[in-house]
Amino acid sequence: MSNLVTVTNLSTHYPLGQRFFGEAPVLKAVDQVSLDIPKGSFVGLVGESGSGKTTLGRAILRAAPISSGTVRYNDGEVDYDVGALDKAQLKDYRTRAQLIFQDPYAALSPRMTVRDIIAEPLEVMKLTKSREETDERVREIAAKCRLNLEHLRRFPHAFSGGQRQRISIARALVTGPKFVVADEAVAALDVSIQADILNLLKSLQNELDLTFLFISHDLSVVAHVCDHVAVMYHGVIMEQNETRALFANPQHAYTRSLLSAIPSLDPDDRHRAVVYDPTA
Amino acid sequence: MSLLSVKDLTIRFRTDEGLITAVENVSFDIAPGEVLGLVGESGSGKSVTAKALMQLNGGNTVYDPASKVVLNLPDTQPLDILSFKRERDMGVIRGGAISMIFQEPMASFAPAITIGKQMVEQLMLHTDMSKDRARKHSIDMLDRVGIKDPDKRIDQYAFELSGGMRQRAMIAMALSTSPKLLIADEPTTALDVTIQAQVIDLMKDLVAEFGMGILFITHDLGVIAQTADRVSVMYLGRIMETGPVRDVIRNPAHPYTKGLINALPKLDDLDAPLTPIPGDIPSPLERPPGCVFHTRNPDHVPGSRYEREVPPMSQVSPDHFAALFPEDVA
Repeated sequence: MSNLVTVTNLSTHYPLGQRFFGEAPVLKAVDQVSLDIPKGSFVGLVGESGSGKTTLGRAILRAAPISSGTVRYNDGEVDYDVGALDKAQLKDYRTRAQLIFQDPYAALSPRMTVRDIIAEPLEVMKLTKSREETDERVREIAAKCRLNLEHLRRFPHAFSGGQRQRISIARALVTGPKFVVADEAVAALDVSIQADILNLLKSLQNELDLTFLFISHDLSVVAHVCDHVAVMYHGVIMEQNETRALFANPQHAYTRSLLSAIPSLDPDDRHRAVVYDPTA
Repeated sequence: MSLLSVKDLTIRFRTDEGLITAVENVSFDIAPGEVLGLVGESGSGKSVTAKALMQLNGGNTVYDPASKVVLNLPDTQPLDILSFKRERDMGVIRGGAISMIFQEPMASFAPAITIGKQMVEQLMLHTDMSKDRARKHSIDMLDRVGIKDPDKRIDQYAFELSGGMRQRAMIAMALSTSPKLLIADEPTTALDVTIQAQVIDLMKDLVAEFGMGILFITHDLGVIAQTADRVSVMYLGRIMETGPVRDVIRNPAHPYTKGLINALPKLDDLDAPLTPIPGDIPSPLERPPGCVFHTRNPDHVPGSRYEREVPPMSQVSPDHFAALFPEDVA
């Protein structure tokens, strides 16, 4: 299977202050990362806070700077070197690659109706010719995200966390992207609703032929929805493998430590977590 | 005798839209040295319940006259907490007999005062320690919760510590007055899994060492399975099921508890489908009559008496009860 996104030796370094002489110190948020995202796959990116998983996701979308290395995007229609896009190409890339945010309470403007929130990407990028066409696209994607069409005229405050996340998903998908980065898309939700959103993402993937980069700190969620997982720590990918293989037989000590830290649902399995020692 | 006894706790809030019921007829007991887990999703009333134990809810709170929260301390008369009307009466309770740790350790420490000053201040307030003695004791507590170089850390500010370290300092501060009851409100939710595991291990060690009772509030059943002796499951202000943690997790009787477990992704069975609980939690302004969960129960039979009558807590097995009519307890 061909890769939709190919990340090669990608680094995102942020300068930390300036020096008159010698090298200025840098923060290596992402350091020499290589990652393949095959077409139609659901790739998981796990790591703890500060591991660089969000920065990597954003660099792929060109929402974070690329210091060195390349991101290649090839969906069969276009073949982009994401770091070197010109203005017109970048505009086109934005319709093909989209982002779903973590917090459905912060991501939606309280002063816009649900219809306007979902329609905004189409209007900003001038992708539709008339208001009728925009409304048609909004209704179509809202129905696919299982939103009640009568709710389109309401404001976000009237909705629960799960419904808000469905609105965020509809907005991300309204431009018809091929590639979606879901950054902690279920982290702020209650478990009963989290399951619903995960099932929705999976069914949308099949229906709309999407490829996902699913960023999460929750290994058990990743194990359930992803077919390939990469584990990040301090800006570096420690291990990547097919999901089942990674969970059955973790190779890296950090992955093992992460797995052992998940609280087991079995009250009799009260083992202590293995602490990862980077110097060992 | 139990350390804390909560009986028929009903809490309402006066709002512009009228009286809102947040907690209804909640009863539970905590023995010394026991960890009671309180699980529920957002809006279930678990934090409001916890705050009631120290009367920390806002000024628009109305406690039902039938509600009783009684704290039994050795060598004193039982304390009826809800009967305290004046703030200064609460001094014995808040930070003294009962301590609380919160979800966000950054928000719980004052940002412009050193950790040490805050720890010493509350010790001087609640104990008869001298300032020097209080400082020594604080350093000792920081050491006990696994903070390296405690004599240096004590003079730092909260922002200088990492998330896990801050939560440890919070725990050290909460335990330094030797409370009889510790309320932990989502103490690990804001932490990374590896740090969460360390904090859970630390709390288990401290229960063994200090023998206080703990009310552990969380939305995460896995964390409960790892820490609690008994668990109560809350939904929309009511307790749905309560019992020893093994019984409730292995043989859940209430459809809500079953729903929570089925919605949870499990690492040992990657093929298990994730089953969401249908619908959303109703607004507290529109509390369903009868069993509050009937509107989301996938097995609900329309017209059954769950729509009209509040089911009693029926016995499932010894010490294990569920809010079901007796004929529905298998």
